Amino acid sequence: MAPAPSSTFSAITLNINGEKHTLSVDHRTTLLDALRERLDLTGTKKGCDQGQCGACTVLLDGRRAVACLQLAVAAEGREITTIEGMAESDQLHPVQQAFLDLDGYQCGYCTPGQICSAVAVIEEHAAGWPSAVTDDVRPEAGPPPLTADEIRERMSGNLCRCGAYVSIVQAVARAAAAEAETTETAEAAA
Amino acid sequence: MTTATTGTTTAKGSVGTAHTRVEGRDKVTGAARYAGEIPFAELAYGWLALSTVARGRIRSMDTAPVLGMPGVLTVLHHQNAPRVDSDYVGMLGVPPDPTAAVFQHDRVPHVGWPVALVVAETSEQAREAAEALVVHYEEEPHDVAFSGEHPDAYPLDAHMPAVTEKGELEPELAASAVVIDAEYTTPEEHHNPMEPHAATALWDGGRLEVVDSNQGTMWVADELAKLLSLDPASVRVRSEHVGGGFGSKGVRAHQVAAVMAATVLQRPVRVVMTRRQMFALAGYRSPTTQRIRLGADTDGRLRALDHRSLSLTSTVHEFIEPSAGVGRVMYDADAHHTANRLVRLDVPTPTWMRAPGEAPGSFALEAALDELAEKCGIDPIELRVRNEPERGPVSGLPFSSRELLTCFREGARRFGWADRDPRPGLRREGRWLLGTGTAAASFPAGAMPSTAAMTAEADGTFTVRINASDIGTGARTALTLIAADALQVAPDRVQVRIGDSDFGPAMIAGGSMGTRSWAWAVTAAADELRQRLALSAGLPPEGITVRSDTSEAIGALAQKERHSFGAQFAEVAVDPAIGEVRVRRMLGIFAAGRIVNPLTARNQFVGGMTWGISMALHEEAVRDQATGGHYGADLAGYHVATHADVPLIEADWVDDPDPDDPVGIKGIGEIGIVGAAAAIANAVWHATGVRHRSLPIRPDRVLAAGGEAVTGAPDA
Repeated sequence: MAPAPSSTFSAITLNINGEKHTLSVDHRTTLLDALRERLDLTGTKKGCDQGQCGACTVLLDGRRAVACLQLAVAAEGREITTIEGMAESDQLHPVQQAFLDLDGYQCGYCTPGQICSAVAVIEEHAAGWPSAVTDDVRPEAGPPPLTADEIRERMSGNLCRCGAYVSIVQAVARAAAAEAETTETAEAAA
Repeated sequence: MTTATTGTTTAKGSVGTAHTRVEGRDKVTGAARYAGEIPFAELAYGWLALSTVARGRIRSMDTAPVLGMPGVLTVLHHQNAPRVDSDYVGMLGVPPDPTAAVFQHDRVPHVGWPVALVVAETSEQAREAAEALVVHYEEEPHDVAFSGEHPDAYPLDAHMPAVTEKGELEPELAASAVVIDAEYTTPEEHHNPMEPHAATALWDGGRLEVVDSNQGTMWVADELAKLLSLDPASVRVRSEHVGGGFGSKGVRAHQVAAVMAATVLQRPVRVVMTRRQMFALAGYRSPTTQRIRLGADTDGRLRALDHRSLSLTSTVHEFIEPSAGVGRVMYDADAHHTANRLVRLDVPTPTWMRAPGEAPGSFALEAALDELAEKCGIDPIELRVRNEPERGPVSGLPFSSRELLTCFREGARRFGWADRDPRPGLRREGRWLLGTGTAAASFPAGAMPSTAAMTAEADGTFTVRINASDIGTGARTALTLIAADALQVAPDRVQVRIGDSDFGPAMIAGGSMGTRSWAWAVTAAADELRQRLALSAGLPPEGITVRSDTSEAIGALAQKERHSFGAQFAEVAVDPAIGEVRVRRMLGIFAAGRIVNPLTARNQFVGGMTWGISMALHEEAVRDQATGGHYGADLAGYHVATHADVPLIEADWVDDPDPDDPVGIKGIGEIGIVGAAAAIANAVWHATGVRHRSLPIRPDRVLAAGGEAVTGAPDA
């Protein structure tokens, strides 16, 4: 059902995983519900619908956001990346591969949010963003070592009720190390 | 015709080696679809409206304005909803919780009782209309105050007797050189699986189809058929991926409401609980008040053990949290008394939650043992060695196996227990006081009858159909490995299909019995299939299918004390200035039968221990006495452990195959939480000198007790 634009509905275009989707949405529709109920992109999960669990984490213009606290109409013009956009065709993203290999999940429901968060965490860290457990927060100090404690702190917006935190942290650390190595190799080659 | 073989590409030995989950790729790419995510044409959205009063009657409901709102299709309530029959005993041998038999009368027994379902074309419209629905109540005074002194408490037999008594308690206590007499409390705790309860119901070709998130599709299908007086064969429930359950995902209001609406509207209807609604409708663990009295000789040998637990239930359904049961397995004493009592209040109905009974019961009993060790001046592990029973303390039955002391020995070695100075409050590191603690764990090991079908396909692969449920346990993968070994083929030739009530009766994912019960049926089917294949010259195009039923084999099991055991160790740091408690490391060593998949098994043990941290330090649902409802019924108000709360937790196991199980499995889903909170509380005592007998060990409790440790009054 796609009602005509009115005072309560608007036609919008969302840029999701590099594809444009035009749809008419109720102004109250969250980005989360637009993804799940209108676009059949159900990889983004609804755990609490009030910004407390992180299951609906997506990337908006490359930064982490909970899709349940974002109105779909306000996401127009943003570059939206969901779990469905993480893999390169058959090639899993290194974070996805690490979650799979190290069993960084159990029921799997928080997993897409954990993975989206982890991808952003690795980038935030590489960009030198400090966290609450970073000892030296001076900009010139550069990125702190991505220790298990740094990962735990930065991932704490994503709840996992199965209690798979230990293997999630190991998966994020492995993916981050693999990416750092790739970057170093690329830099050396250049 | 294809030649039938199993043995030629022998790959015996899948069980016991690490395998990633067979559905893992779907889970990390978002392709795995959970109950609320299967698309249906003409889908309508239902939104539950819940009572705002704690006790009374619905006087009237202003449905007319709501029915006029955009997109609204119907409002179901007690005056127009289809009638249901809740006078039956379900598959698990208990009558249904009437909370699921929605909209049958005008009585309101607690805050959050379902009073209406609003169905609309979109979820936004349904939600707005449900929130706009005005319900007028005739309010009555309510009682939600739980305390150990409640005058109306009564003993209740459930899956275990309410009371066991052996020996003369008072004389033995009087004759004991050392006596512990303490009260322990645990709060109301909620499962909060990450996936909220969700169901889509539709009628398709004369059959009721329900796509659901549950711990047993046959269980839910059976109850729906009984509730709605339908032929069981005309109800199909599917539940392929389940986003956590922990005991909460059985028959609940949302499924029944969805079925009613789908019946009335003759189109698919989806009902998903909100996180807030789950606090009233999804079940929870009752708070407990437990009094423990231990009497011992100076050498620590128990003369008297008395464990009395009180829990609560609603006024509409009896459910008891049997916390006093744990001592019936763990420790013997000349006088041994245990009792589970219940009080009925104007609250929602509690239910099974990960290690029901054992989780709160082990907190109290294992903390009391630690207090006894301190008082006797005996190492806590040595105290347990001295009280290790040879037979079931209450039943007198032999143990099928009991490797508790092996777990303690291995755990003590790896944790570095031998170097521990038993005196409390001595170790300081900056602002932190450090301490270590230990506790024992146990959980029943059982199996329930199940059926399975196994097909040797013409293409050389094998398909297993079993109504198992993988709620995150890794059961789907475990069964694949078990089937592969039983057929003597590589696991990639086996496809296991689960979560469909059409596959026939099987145990639910519960009681740490799922994987063992299903594995038995899979093994039995594989044995028969191999025999059939050995006799057949080749495979017909449709393959060869055999069915198994383990009822007889399981019924023939000898009566024994059958349990998994474990030893928990924790190190904590406590900042007495701000009351912060941090768990620095944990180690759990378990004797829990044969481990099928070490990768997922370790994760599951660690997950249980993570629940122990959460239980010890964070979780607590607080009920407002004035309204009868919760404060902060959400994941901001109800804290569960998150990444920053959970250190490196190690879990491992000792060899302990169950001698009476075809695969040697015991069950591992619940034992990880048992004893974990006690180990942490015992470590907090070791750090600070203060006994915290009420969970969670909140900062304010640590602060309030802070001064006392110094002055030597070890109570909180």
